Amino acid sequence: MVVNKTYSIAISNTESIPGRKIVEFYGVVTGNTVRAKHVGRDIMAGLKNIVGGELKGYTELLQDSRMEATERMIEQAQSMGANAVVNVRFATSSISQGAAELFAYGTAVRVA
Amino acid sequence: MEDTVNSFSLFFNYGLPILLLVFAYFIGNMIEKGHFRNIRKREDAVHGFPVVSFDTMPEEWRAGSSTMVTGSIVISLDYFKRVIAGLRGLIGGRIKTYEPLLERARREALLRMTESAKEQGYDAVFNVRLETSRLANARRDGNGTAGVEMLAFGTAVKFAGRIG
Repeated sequence: MVVNKTYSIAISNTESIPGRKIVEFYGVVTGNTVRAKHVGRDIMAGLKNIVGGELKGYTELLQDSRMEATERMIEQAQSMGANAVVNVRFATSSISQGAAELFAYGTAVRVA
Repeated sequence: MEDTVNSFSLFFNYGLPILLLVFAYFIGNMIEKGHFRNIRKREDAVHGFPVVSFDTMPEEWRAGSSTMVTGSIVISLDYFKRVIAGLRGLIGGRIKTYEPLLERARREALLRMTESAKEQGYDAVFNVRLETSRLANARRDGNGTAGVEMLAFGTAVKFAGRIG
């Protein structure tokens, strides 16, 4: 379950885009998504819980959600006129039993 | 008649959980060993691919294009090990059954990140960060969904020229 995702703008979790120079800062951009688990998936996960190992349904669910959060962050950056997001961080928090928020944030910049 | 009902309830109350424990022990161990074998094999395949946790690029790297790569996995303990861990939680101390679980999850997440970078044609990954989050709680008796998510992410770069 390797994800090969191409983003529409330059994105990195370091303080700059390698080999390029930051010319303008736009501030912090964020993207989030709140997901509840799926009943069908939960039943499968419950069965898988007996023998242990990877819960593929959940891996996929979280990967998709994180992608969506990242996409929203990128959209916000683009609407500000940025062409890169640097210092991207992820956070997960459980809101209630069975629901979680996935959150991505970073700094929108213009690189030359 | 009474006897059959009694033996049935005895089976459902004690027999089934014990059977489940034995089943979970063997299958769970098999899956764990298989996963470790698989991880070692894939780690050999990506051997030599630079993956570092420095937050700045080593001087001699000349970066061309770059992107962020991620790899993640949600993993859970088997029923037998969860029960053992639950019991261990009563007296405290080192919970050995959890250690290989977290280790293999972390190595798997790193591998997925590395493979993603390699498949997309990047030459190295730097500023690798690892995050752990608990997905759901297991109940003390070992039931209920228990999942741990491991996330590895970093910045993948393509080299513009030769290194060094």
